[in-house]
Amino acid sequence: MEVNEKIAVDHGLKPDEYKKICDLLKRIPNITELGIFSAMWNEHCSYKSSRLHLKKLNTKGKKVIQGPGENAGVIDIGDDDAIVFKIESHNHPSFIEPYQGAATGVGGIMRDVFTMGARPIANLNSIHFGSTQHKKTKNLLRGVVKGIGGYGNCIGVPTIAGQTCFDQSYNGNILVNAMTLGLVNKNKIFYSKAAGLNKPVIYVGSKTGRDGIHGASMASAIFDDKIEEKKPTVQVGDPFTEKLLLEACLELMSDKSIIAIQDMGAAGLTSSSIEMASKGNLGIELHLDKVPCREEKMTPYEIMLSESQERMLIVLENGKEDSAKKIFDKWNLDFAVIGQTTNSKNIELYFEKEKVANVPIKFLANEAPMYDRPWKKTKLPQKIKFSNNDFKKLKFNDVIKKMISHPNICSKQWIWEQYDHTVMGDTIQKPGGDAGVVRVHGTKKAIASSVDSSASYCHAHPFTGGKQVVCEAWRNLVSVGAEPIAITNCLNFGNPEKKENMGEFVECIDGINEASKYLNFPVVSGNVSFYNETKDKGIKPTPTIGGVGLIKDYKDLMTMRFKSKGNLVLIIGKTEGNLDQSIFANVILNEKKGPPPEINLFNEKNNGETILKIIKEKLALSVHDVSLGGIVIGALKMCIEGSKGIKFYKFKNLTNIYQYFFSEDQGRYIIEVDKNNLKKVESILKKNSVHFDLLGETTDKEIIINDEPTFTVDKVTEFYKGWLYKYMS
Amino acid sequence: MNSSVIIFPGSNCDRDMDVALKKFGFKNKMVWHDDDKLPKSDLIVLPGGFSYGDYLRCGSIAGKSKIIQSVINFANSGGLVLGICNGFQILTETGLLKGVLQQNKNIEFICKNIFVKINNIENKFFENIDKDVLELHIAHNEGNYFCTEDELKSLEDNNQIAAYYCGSDGKIDEKSNPNGAIKNIAGIFNEKKNILGMMPHPERMIDQSLSGEDGSIFFENLLKNLK
Repeated sequence: MEVNEKIAVDHGLKPDEYKKICDLLKRIPNITELGIFSAMWNEHCSYKSSRLHLKKLNTKGKKVIQGPGENAGVIDIGDDDAIVFKIESHNHPSFIEPYQGAATGVGGIMRDVFTMGARPIANLNSIHFGSTQHKKTKNLLRGVVKGIGGYGNCIGVPTIAGQTCFDQSYNGNILVNAMTLGLVNKNKIFYSKAAGLNKPVIYVGSKTGRDGIHGASMASAIFDDKIEEKKPTVQVGDPFTEKLLLEACLELMSDKSIIAIQDMGAAGLTSSSIEMASKGNLGIELHLDKVPCREEKMTPYEIMLSESQERMLIVLENGKEDSAKKIFDKWNLDFAVIGQTTNSKNIELYFEKEKVANVPIKFLANEAPMYDRPWKKTKLPQKIKFSNNDFKKLKFNDVIKKMISHPNICSKQWIWEQYDHTVMGDTIQKPGGDAGVVRVHGTKKAIASSVDSSASYCHAHPFTGGKQVVCEAWRNLVSVGAEPIAITNCLNFGNPEKKENMGEFVECIDGINEASKYLNFPVVSGNVSFYNETKDKGIKPTPTIGGVGLIKDYKDLMTMRFKSKGNLVLIIGKTEGNLDQSIFANVILNEKKGPPPEINLFNEKNNGETILKIIKEKLALSVHDVSLGGIVIGALKMCIEGSKGIKFYKFKNLTNIYQYFFSEDQGRYIIEVDKNNLKKVESILKKNSVHFDLLGETTDKEIIINDEPTFTVDKVTEFYKGWLYKYMS
Repeated sequence: MNSSVIIFPGSNCDRDMDVALKKFGFKNKMVWHDDDKLPKSDLIVLPGGFSYGDYLRCGSIAGKSKIIQSVINFANSGGLVLGICNGFQILTETGLLKGVLQQNKNIEFICKNIFVKINNIENKFFENIDKDVLELHIAHNEGNYFCTEDELKSLEDNNQIAAYYCGSDGKIDEKSNPNGAIKNIAGIFNEKKNILGMMPHPERMIDQSLSGEDGSIFFENLLKNLK
C-alpha cells in the first residue's frame, strides 16, 4: 500500500509532521515505518507539547539516584536500599472499558518498576469520576475499582492508599492514575540503555496479539477488507502472567546477564526497542517472524504497534541466552531471541526474509517534533465577599452532616476494602490514613506514600493550585511522621492545542516547580495525559502528585486517630478564615468562584518541620493535616478513627463560626497532646515561630461545639462511612 | 519442627507464610509445584494467592499439579496440612476437604479484619488455645463456603467445623458473616482433623504494628502442639 498524507493524518500525524518525515527520510515511508513514526511522534511517547515545559522541573536532590527519563524514578533511603516509583495515567482506556483499562494501568506501572530490578511493595491510585448524579458514574467507579483490585490483588502487591474525587468536569473523561513503589538494592538497578554491538535482543512474556493497536495510530486504509479488525481494542490484562514475569525477571536479574531491559508499554515493541537503542546510541535489528504471536497472520505493522500486555524486551550479554531461557521456561513464559544490537544506528526490521523497515533512530527519538504551543495566563480571581446573611439560615448540625458525608470527603472504605492492602505482611498504615505506610521488609525502616490532587484549586488559579498539591503531598507524609523525599507527577489536562488548557498546564508546572524547589521535594518521574476532552469539554486541570517519604524506625509511625479522652487538641498554623474555593463554599453556599487559598511556602516548610520535630520527641499522640473541609472535618476524622469525641473551645479571633471551622487555609495540622506535655510542645512551637491555637480537648464520645453537644462520634461515623456504601448499593 | 510451604505459580502469600512460620520457630522450606517429593515435614502449608491465575476455578489447576499427589499422600497418612485462603480452595478441589468456595455474596473482593470463633479444639491445630475468639484478616473474592445439606450434617456430626465468623463478642450471626458462607463457616477439617482449610490469614496478624496480633496465638499454639 502506498502511504500518502491522508493515511498519515489518519494515524494522528499533522500534514506538516508527515512532510517532515518524508524530508528526513528523503522518501515516502512504507506503512510499517509510518506506523512507527506515528507511535513515536504522538503526544504520549514524544511529549511534544509538554517537553519544553517539563525541562523546567526541579529534578535534582541529594537523595535522587535517578530522575525523569527512565522507566521510573529512584531515591536513596539509606543502607544501600532504594525506592523506585512512578505514577502513570490510564484515562482513556478506562473510560472505554473501566475494568481492563484500570487493570492494565496498574499492570503497566508495576512493570515500569520491576523493569528496574525492584520488587513492587506498594500500589496507590488516584481516580476521578464525573458527578455522582451522572448516569455513567456508578458503573465506571465499580469497574475501575474492580479492575485495580483484580490486577493488584492477584499479583500480591498491597494497595495502601489512594484518592477518589467526583466532579462533573470528569463526566466524559474519567481519570485513572496508578502509582507503584518498588524496593531495590541501589547497586543493582537496571536501566534501559543498551550497550555493546551484536548483543542478543530477547523478547519475553506474553505473546503478541492484535489488542491495543492504538486507535489514534490506526490507519483506516489498512483494514478495509476486514472491518471487524478495525475496531481499536483496549488491551486486556493478565495479572497471572505479570506475576510470573515479575518473578522470572527478578530471578534473571540476580546475575549479570542483563545489559538493558525495557517493558513494552505504550507503542509496544516500537518504543521499547527504539528507546533502548537510542539511549545506547546504537542500531537495532529485529526479525519479526521470531516474535511469539497469539494470532495468525499478523503483519509487521501489527506486531510493531500491538500493545499486548505483560511483555519485556531485554538486551542480554552474549552467551547468556541458554541460562536465561531456563528461567523463563521454569515460569512457563515465552522467550525468543528476536534480534541484535548493531552499529547502523538504524532500526532495521525483517519479516519473512525481507527488510520491511529501515529508519535512523535519531529521526524517531531526537527529531520528534517539539512544540512551543501558545498559552494563556489565568488571572487570580477576585476574592468573594461573604456577608453574614449568607450564613444566617444555616444550621450548624445540618452543615456538618452534609459536609462529612459529601462524596469528596466521606470515607472511601467501600473502595479500599476491595483492594488487598495487607498482603506482603508489611502494611503498617492501611488506607484511610494521611498516607499509606509499608515497612521495608526485614528492616526497621518504613516508606510512606500518598497521592493528591486539587482540581478545583488548579482550575481557579493553576499556579497556586500547582503549588498547593505539592504542599498537600508533603503534609500528608509529615502527618505520619515521615521525612518527605521526592514526588512523581501525573499531569492530566485538556487539549494542549487550546491556549487556555495549555496555559493551565504551563502554570500548574510552574507552581509544582516552585513548591518542589522550596520544599526540596524533587520530581523524579511522571507522565503527561493531554486531550482529556469530550465534545469540546475539557477536564479541570488535574496534576496528581504522588509523594514518598521515609520513617527511619517504623515504630515511630504517627496516626491520626485520637488516642484517649482528656487530651488537648491544638491547631498548628494560622487560621485566616478564607472560604473561597473551599468545599463549604461550593457545597453549602453554592459559590464556586474566588481564588484558592494562598500558599506560604515558608510557613509550609517551617510548620511541617516543626511537626516532625514534635513527633520525633514523642510529644504528639496523633497528627492530621487540615485539608478539604477545614478544621471541623479534620478534627472529626480524628474522632472517627479513634472513636473519641471532641469539645471545641470557644474560638477567639474570627467573627464567624463557619469561616473558622470550614476555611481551607493551608499549612495547618491538628495534633493531640497530653496535658502534661503542653509546655514542652508550646516551647518548640514558639521557638520555631509557628502559629498555633488551642482548639479543644478530646472527650469520650460527645462532639461539643460552643458548649452545645452536637452529634456523638458514632453518629458522625455513620454519616462519614455510610454514604459511599449507600450510593453503590 | 519442620514445615514446608508449597509455591504454585501465582501464589502470593508464600513469603508471608514463610516469615510467620520462621518467626514462631518452625524450620521452613519452600517447595516448588513442579517437584514431586516433599521434604521431611511435620506440617505442609498451601498458601494464599492465585495459583495458576485461579483460571478455570479457584484452586482447580493447583489441585491437579505435580506436587499435589505427594500432599495428598502425606495427608492420607495422617500428616498435618494447613490451607489458607487459596490453599483452602485447593484443598476442596483435591477432595481432601468437603464443599466449595463460591464467589463472595456481595460479588466483591473483601479485605478486612474479621473475628472467628474456634469451634473445635480437639485437634493439633487448636488444642490448648487459650482464646476462643480470634481477630484475623480476610482477603478474598471467593470465600463463600458452601456444601450440600448432607455434607453440612456430616461436618456438624463429626465436629469438622473449625471456625465460624462471629462478632468481637463471639456471637455468630448474619451481621458478622463477611462473605455469605453457609452457617458462617470460616474453616473446616477433614474427618481425622489433620487437615485444616480456612479463609482467614493468621500470617498477616503476627505483629502489633500490623492489623493485629491474634495470628501469633495461632502459630505459637500450633508449634507447642507439635512439639
